Amino acid sequence: MRLFWHQLRWEQLVFWRSREAAVFVFLFPLLLFALLTAVYNGTLYGRPASWGLLAGMLGYGCANTAFAGLALLLISRRELGILKRIRATPLPTASYLTAVLGSIMIVFALQAASLFVLGRLLKSTPWPGHFLSIVLTLALGGGAFAGLGMAITGFVRSLEGSSAVLNVIVLPMAFLSGSFGTTHHYPKVLRIIGDALPLKYMLDAINSVYLHGGQLWHEWTDVAVLVGWGIAGILVAMRKFRWEPREG
Amino acid sequence: MSAIVVEELRKSYGGNEAVRGVSFRINEGEVFGLLGPNGAGKTTTVEILEGYRERDSGRVDVLGFDPARAEQEYRERIGVVLQQSQLFANLTVRETHRLFAGYYRHPRDVDEVIDLVGLGEKRDERVKTLSGGQKRRLDLGVALVGDPDLVFLDEPTTGFDPAARRAAWEMIRSLRSLGKTILLTTHYLDEAEQLADRVAVMRAGRIIREGAPAELTGDTSETEVRYRRNGQVVVVHTTDPTKLLYELTEQALAEGRELEGLTVRRPTLEDVYLALTGDDDA
Repeated sequence: MRLFWHQLRWEQLVFWRSREAAVFVFLFPLLLFALLTAVYNGTLYGRPASWGLLAGMLGYGCANTAFAGLALLLISRRELGILKRIRATPLPTASYLTAVLGSIMIVFALQAASLFVLGRLLKSTPWPGHFLSIVLTLALGGGAFAGLGMAITGFVRSLEGSSAVLNVIVLPMAFLSGSFGTTHHYPKVLRIIGDALPLKYMLDAINSVYLHGGQLWHEWTDVAVLVGWGIAGILVAMRKFRWEPREG
Repeated sequence: MSAIVVEELRKSYGGNEAVRGVSFRINEGEVFGLLGPNGAGKTTTVEILEGYRERDSGRVDVLGFDPARAEQEYRERIGVVLQQSQLFANLTVRETHRLFAGYYRHPRDVDEVIDLVGLGEKRDERVKTLSGGQKRRLDLGVALVGDPDLVFLDEPTTGFDPAARRAAWEMIRSLRSLGKTILLTTHYLDEAEQLADRVAVMRAGRIIREGAPAELTGDTSETEVRYRRNGQVVVVHTTDPTKLLYELTEQALAEGRELEGLTVRRPTLEDVYLALTGDDDA
């Protein structure tokens, strides 16, 4: 436990010291929210557009932080030999990975809180009504995307271009799942693809809880799909995760 | 007391047998050099001892542990400098040492270690501002911060300029005076000759020669004599240099000419090494 806290503290320091990561992972969804709410008016999902966009950016931020941010961090550490180096120390791998995961969750939690504050300041969006439900929803989504983030590292072979690869996954997913607005008018084939993506279910859950005053535990389809994706990610990660850069 | 015992160690990757029955012992407090060209199996051997690879067969005992079991207790007692690895660019030298010190139950004083590896003046600089040689010293500092009994150094001076290399050698000598056991791999002969109490030369997955550097060079009894005659370099190998030199100088004196460029050379470790590994490396 001491090692976990030690590592968590240092993970936070390393994250915030790296300006690129802090800007790209933490700030980017906040920036998008500010831009989108500046240009979209009217309503979304039966609520003011800014409310719906706030929900959309919570989902996008989750994928961007827990999935892409975590994957990038692990890939760069793997390719630089940092993961291999840490394996030679007495730090147990479980303590290490849980601390890395905990750290990225802290980043996401701060981001989500900042989104609510920013929404309040810019567009007077309401605070979430069911606090426990929204926390659980974000935690569930964060966990599922972190599992997928661990899994994707096994498929990205080098540091070069890894950031582009992850964005090619995250941005279209966010678009198809409805982070930037409703998908009702999308062509059917795009909607079908969207329906297969985990972010769609996370956004459904966020919308129900934040926009329509529901509770997470009534959205069992969303919960089941997210849990399923998360478990699938962890299973793949257990087979594909590597600690060392590819030889030569 | 042996710090490391390796018997009949074997390891294959796919169909390629990288390590083919390697045996050696390293005593406590000894600096042991594993020499050989790239692909000889040095790194595979060392990575099995460090616990990164599982062996196919053979016995390995390091400080009383089997490294394949990757116990925390074992990792408390070893320090590892990898061939290629980087650390966090945005942490300072001191922060990096503190981060790693936190992994050990009985770490050394962080500032003491930083001074030992000669980074005292860079203590509060970010890692990304360090030169290549300074980064290697940081690697070494991080390997020492847990106060290990045994230190693995995988090609610690590759890519160094001559001055940085001398400094690194001094540092490794100072480790030895602290009583650490050191397993060093290198493909620099002078490095092994300078630092190691004993060396083993590996080629194609086997140890082909083992002993103190002086012993290795001593068991080839040939001496090389060179001089120029009419502008041509003449090289003679002899097991009886006294007689040869007497004859050469007598003849030259009689003819009233100088033995230009005369050198008499005992074989160095490099000659022995090249003779041993030559046909494979070409």
